[in-house]
Amino acid sequence: MSTSDAPAPPPAGLWGAFTATLKRDVTLALRRRGDVLNPLVFYALVITLFPIGISPDPERLALIAPGLLWVAALLAALLSLDTLFRGDFEDGTLEQLLLAPQPLTALVMAKVSVHWLLTGLPLSLMAPLLGAMLALPPGSYMVLALSLALGSASLSLIGAIGAALTVGLARGGALLSLLILPLYIPVLIFGTGAVQAAAMGGAGAYLAILGALLALALMLAPLAIAVSLRISING
Amino acid sequence: MWAFIHKFGSPKWFYAISARLEPWCWALAALALGVGTLWGLAVAPADYQQGESFRIIYVHVPAALLAQSIFVAMALSGLVFMVWKIKVADMAATVMAPFGAMMTFAALFSGAVWGIPTWGTWWEWDARLTSMLILLFLYLGVIALRGAFARRDSGARAASLLALVGVINIPIIKYSVEWWYTLHQSATFTLTSRPAMPASMWLPLLIMLVGFYSFFTALTLARTRSEIVKREGDKRWVRALVDKEL
Amino acid sequence: MSLRLQARELACERDDRVLFKGLDVTLDAGEILCVEGPNGSGKTTLLKILSGQLGDYTGELHYRGEPLRRCRERFLANLLYLGHSAGVKAGLTALENLAWYQALAGDAFDEAACERALEEIGLAGFEDVPVGKLSAGQARRVALARLALGYRELWILDEPFTAIDKHGVAGLERRLLAHAERGGSVVITTHHALGDMAGIRRLALGEQGHHGEAA
Repeated sequence: MSTSDAPAPPPAGLWGAFTATLKRDVTLALRRRGDVLNPLVFYALVITLFPIGISPDPERLALIAPGLLWVAALLAALLSLDTLFRGDFEDGTLEQLLLAPQPLTALVMAKVSVHWLLTGLPLSLMAPLLGAMLALPPGSYMVLALSLALGSASLSLIGAIGAALTVGLARGGALLSLLILPLYIPVLIFGTGAVQAAAMGGAGAYLAILGALLALALMLAPLAIAVSLRISING
Repeated sequence: MWAFIHKFGSPKWFYAISARLEPWCWALAALALGVGTLWGLAVAPADYQQGESFRIIYVHVPAALLAQSIFVAMALSGLVFMVWKIKVADMAATVMAPFGAMMTFAALFSGAVWGIPTWGTWWEWDARLTSMLILLFLYLGVIALRGAFARRDSGARAASLLALVGVINIPIIKYSVEWWYTLHQSATFTLTSRPAMPASMWLPLLIMLVGFYSFFTALTLARTRSEIVKREGDKRWVRALVDKEL
Repeated sequence: MSLRLQARELACERDDRVLFKGLDVTLDAGEILCVEGPNGSGKTTLLKILSGQLGDYTGELHYRGEPLRRCRERFLANLLYLGHSAGVKAGLTALENLAWYQALAGDAFDEAACERALEEIGLAGFEDVPVGKLSAGQARRVALARLALGYRELWILDEPFTAIDKHGVAGLERRLLAHAERGGSVVITTHHALGDMAGIRRLALGEQGHHGEAA
């Protein structure tokens, strides 16, 4: 038993707690496989709507493909954000996560990482296939996937702030979109910019900016998410 | 310092001080808005390129600048509220949000009106107008989030945090929108970035700016005072005050 | 030796409604403190403040003589809090749920210890069943198994008897007493009569600020 003047123990197994939370969320998600597939199906479906709604002409499609692929991926990632903390909030494990001795900023990073691993990453891997359907020049497939992988990590981080702010609200879903879509705009601009530039062979600068945005989000978002969760848990 | 912050933060003290400041702000606002409007509309020369329609600048620019300043002021008040738990700061942030949204809308509306004679269309995806539109969404988000919470304190904290996140993002959004615009623009010219304006044109603009900002200050003071009375209605000093005024 | 948990002049006001004020709470090693009061008297809020979850209070809160805000990490490492919601994931098995809690406590996964804890709480044979398939009472017991898993000196339990049958209640009461005997401390709220338990202190929260402490 510790006494009052015993030195504070080191942050009790931060890495262990991080990986356990990561593993727990991946396990849960893989047990409900439908929820993992939903954003991917949604993505394919939305992309299918555009040629039908606009025109099957490959030239016109190729012109707007970067924007379509990015906007649809952004909306697909948004789809699963609302459930990021909601399940934990309802069964009380969020409360327990907040009471863990480890820094909350690190533990929420585990949850956000799972969101990206199961949403952003599959979406970016799937994007070149949909790009081919929209007559995107084959030279830009790599940049498309890379820009989405980088960008969607920022989207997960920023989106998690909104999800944390609205988790205690009964109808948080609609509000969530209003809160975070405006914040998504810079990522969208540089993401589509990268894909458009790739056709001309100069996407490096855009990818670098996407990386810078991600670094900024990695620095600031975990803190904002942690504060938001503390606000919501007592809402 | 600490004591000062808390003293200024106490609703009672703020109520008393702002009562003395408020009339001066109103007076300054009335004066500047009156002089600025007359000067801008009647005295200042017409623009050689845009003619009379350029006079919209005297509403558009102050509204746009004020709209952005209010967001920053709102976020700072939110920060003060979150860090020092000063309730008055949150009351101020509460009343600032709708006015800020209104100013953003005013800037968008005046921009649209201005667009008809200049561009021949009321909406153009101009970098500044686009940024203003996004700012409007940010305001709406803050207002909606505050209203969505059942407990006022939680709503206040959530809105403060969102305003802070927004204020960090505003410069990023602005620069990225400008980047996007220069990438896509066809040759139109921006409404307000003009070569050197003669003093007879920018002086009234400056006066209008002073007018807008003092109007905002006066209105915020007044509305914060009424918010204090509303929220602190059961405190003894508020009751005494109400009794006295009745 | 300073008291384990001490609150002085604690006051909580939420949205201009005073839940309690001028509240003094002390808790020492080996003590069980039962917080009582009608619905809405602020029992849950008090427990959330005492467990460091809620920041909007005035007054002082000390853990082992140190302000709670300054020793938060050490405090949380020694705290076990059970709230209204059980805090177990329906999609995971009982064992997986406990494994997560073990990791949060900074311990390596110890399957034998988890199984022992589940057995003690009366869930032997249900280790690998997803909690969602268990009854409400059984799910609650998974949460209670944390009491038997590793030692934390301070327990703060908000209505732990919810959905637990008579037999389970008796077992839990014994567990609380054993914890106190070992030198642990407990703060508990319950609608259940903890009648025949010796050495319990009671703290009554009442209407706006009227409260008292009785032995």
